[in-house]
Amino acid sequence: MKISMKVNGVDYENDIEPRTLLVQYLRETLDLTGTNIGCDTSQCGACTIHVNGEAVKSCTMLAVQADGATITTIEGLANDGELHPVQKAFCENHGLQCGYCTPGMIMASVDMLKNNPNPTEEEIRHGLEGNFCRCTGYHNIVKSVKAAAVSMKGGA
Amino acid sequence: MGKYIGESVLRKEDPRMVTGEAKYLDDIKIPGMLYAVVKRSDYAHAKIKNIDTSEATKMPGVLGVWTGKDFEDVNPMPCAWQAGGITNNANTPRVLEIDKVTFTGQGIAVVVAEDRNLAEDACSKINVEYEELPVVVSAEDAIKPGAPQLHENAPNNICMEWECGNEDGTDKALSNSDVVVKEQLVNQRLIPNSMEPRGAIAEYKSATEEFTVWLTSQAPHVHRLLATAFVFGIPETKMRVIAPHVGGGFGCKIFLYPEYCLVIALAKKIGRPIKWMETRSENFQATTHGRDHSTQIQVGASNDGTITSLKVNTVANLGGTLSTIAPGIPTTLYGRLLSGTYKFPNIYCGVKGVYTNTGMVDAYRGAGRPEATYVVERALDLVANKLGLDVVDVRKKNFIQKDQFPYTPADGITKGLEYDSGDYEKPLNKALEMFNYTQFREEQKKSRSEGKYLGVGFSTYIEACGVAPSAWVGVGGEGWGAGLWESANIRVHLTGKVVVTTGSSPHGQGTETTMAQIAADELGLPFDDVDVQYNDTLGTPFGYGTYGSRSAAVGGTAVFNAVQKVKQKALRIGAHMLEASADDVVYEDGKVSVKGSPDQAKTIQEIAGAAALGYSLPEGDEPFLDETAYFDPPNTTWPFGTHICVVEIEEETGSVKVKKYLAVDDVGNVVNPMVVDGQIHGGIAQGVAQALWESGEYNESGELMSGSLIDYAIPRTDCLPNLELDRTVTPSPTNPLGVKGVGETGTIASTPAVVNAVIDALAPFGVTNLNMPLTSQKIWNVIQKKGA
Repeated sequence: MKISMKVNGVDYENDIEPRTLLVQYLRETLDLTGTNIGCDTSQCGACTIHVNGEAVKSCTMLAVQADGATITTIEGLANDGELHPVQKAFCENHGLQCGYCTPGMIMASVDMLKNNPNPTEEEIRHGLEGNFCRCTGYHNIVKSVKAAAVSMKGGA
Repeated sequence: MGKYIGESVLRKEDPRMVTGEAKYLDDIKIPGMLYAVVKRSDYAHAKIKNIDTSEATKMPGVLGVWTGKDFEDVNPMPCAWQAGGITNNANTPRVLEIDKVTFTGQGIAVVVAEDRNLAEDACSKINVEYEELPVVVSAEDAIKPGAPQLHENAPNNICMEWECGNEDGTDKALSNSDVVVKEQLVNQRLIPNSMEPRGAIAEYKSATEEFTVWLTSQAPHVHRLLATAFVFGIPETKMRVIAPHVGGGFGCKIFLYPEYCLVIALAKKIGRPIKWMETRSENFQATTHGRDHSTQIQVGASNDGTITSLKVNTVANLGGTLSTIAPGIPTTLYGRLLSGTYKFPNIYCGVKGVYTNTGMVDAYRGAGRPEATYVVERALDLVANKLGLDVVDVRKKNFIQKDQFPYTPADGITKGLEYDSGDYEKPLNKALEMFNYTQFREEQKKSRSEGKYLGVGFSTYIEACGVAPSAWVGVGGEGWGAGLWESANIRVHLTGKVVVTTGSSPHGQGTETTMAQIAADELGLPFDDVDVQYNDTLGTPFGYGTYGSRSAAVGGTAVFNAVQKVKQKALRIGAHMLEASADDVVYEDGKVSVKGSPDQAKTIQEIAGAAALGYSLPEGDEPFLDETAYFDPPNTTWPFGTHICVVEIEEETGSVKVKKYLAVDDVGNVVNPMVVDGQIHGGIAQGVAQALWESGEYNESGELMSGSLIDYAIPRTDCLPNLELDRTVTPSPTNPLGVKGVGETGTIASTPAVVNAVIDALAPFGVTNLNMPLTSQKIWNVIQKKGA
């Protein structure tokens, strides 16, 4: 089946099997392997990306459902080599350890901060409950998101 | 303290991980690569009568389907740590089982196809004829007369019976005690769930008979050693093992798994590279689990709360077959920790390691030490409750005192190891300063009258990490089949830039950063000038890898020692350059200078340049600053601390809310406070999760009921409170850095703190013990029964 979409600013057109999941398409067809797969039941959130500006677990969608969509993955978040404030905040606040959940966690955080630029700790914890991390106990993830919220208000 | 050691230096690892540039195993593509999917047993205990692969073989894109019979020439996996000094009736898995399966999810056939979907399609067309056998899933049931028997060489399903301490003495002390508390404590099965599941890629070059293997591995050198020397019988030099970025391990990626060897065998058979990557569902069934102890404790005490004796009998469930180091976990890493931070005068521990029709059980974060700490810290509370004493007073009364170090626990339970250093009241007192205990007790009383149930729990734990002195742990001692030292090589290149290679194999611990801090400080160079390389048998010295909280205390010390060797040579070359005697120069701040004349100096960069060029060297010195060190620790390290948990239980639903969690840990000197705190945060999350939510559950027919992230409750962001951390610092005398270990402390310490808090909260209902996980359903039932 033919599909086309814009991923990280680049237009793609591919012929794919209809059963291909969006995450498989990104990872295997486009070689955008920054988006990770952590489960097979859509629980873990490691594969979170942005589809038309909204955070989506890319294992919950078929690639054909994203036909015509504009997609951002973790590889497309930094701007001209300058890390996004959320990426920077995760580095500065030890918001990651093994890094496997991190791309999904960052993409979910960016979306959350877009909708709620000044979240409380409780709102951050609820906002990220669909993204599992096994390393950090979430403590420094929450801290990172708080720090990102502050730095983004600085005009970033 | 140097410029970097002791500072929260930001991690070198992070930029590639926050951008998606980090390559994990499943991100790797090799030209011509095929995909393997494993057909797994649907039954927990069955004879394999026939496997019909004809339909699967005809499916599109399939290169072949193989069963266990095709790999009869491949040895079973080795069991590399058998409990020391006793017979272990070992049964280990094969790459694919041939005649019989002993747990659901064991591999019995494999499909190799051009892509993953095609391999999965074909796998579903394999038809297996089984003869079902009776199933036993609980270890206590498995040792009862008449239980189904799993292995011919293991009568009554017993793999091994191990003990430590003095049974007669402990029995006598128990019978002379004012009070004896008996309880059954269950440490339930946990499923590690590193966010990245396991995988393997193997490539074979027929011209040179060489394999390159990528593994999700915490110990690539060990994986290579076991695969080549024990499974395939080929020279170690014919295999290179690479651990790419590894997405967490928590123990489960230490082991040599059947699937790893299966893809190695297939790569040679087919002559094309092959990838196998497990799904999360497979991970639940076929990756190792942890814990699963059922324990009878008897603890004797005087009326004033002095513990006189602790007797522990544990049945440890090892699963259907043995994973790589399974028997070492409920023995050495458990029984030898049962004195905790306390001067118990009499201790005995007996352990039966048992086969059941369940997944393999091996090391999971803490590995034996959480189980021991749970026993000890619950025992203290049980005694305090029985005698109507305060749980903090009873702890203080029994603490080993700070002037008693090095301390040797009673009855030889540590088999010669002594606690290195400690001051157990210090973190407890600091924690009590952070938490107003007296006020809490008043608040608790008041809130009970309002129908609210608050509870506080303490855990004043110890653990042993930085494993381990080779002679103590090895074949003549505790039964570990090799050594446990660690290696590091340091090269200072012509440009003055430093390359550290290490046998440690970090996968989230930040060791790339902390080792660079150590090397930069000791050499007196900028942190950014140090590159730390690891996780590849090509280019790193042989090392045992990352687990057992050993990569700072053992691997970090190897780095430190290698730097000292580099500095010795730099002193000789620097003196030569300064036309001074080697006795007349000192190494300070990255410079070799003449004593008393700091202006007469050569920088380490200048010296490295001269050493690399080799135009003019001291008599007898070789070119280049390149030194290797192997550090075999003289002892494990013994971190300790106090964790305090406050919970609130909702009477109507039985749900537990962790209202406050604070931890004061003493892990010796700290290389990077940010990284150390991060390890403690993550450890606490896993320990709290065991207390409240997680449990690996099998039904009577051996089906894993908690087999997905829907059914197995790992904590989400909103489950945990903000964690309040502080520390005390009691350096370890066992290594020059004075560090202990921190990767596992949080998990080891936290579980009993949470359970003690819940039991404390439920005191008005007459509850003295409940077994984990303390789900709202369990608590609600207790409240209904006891409250009525």
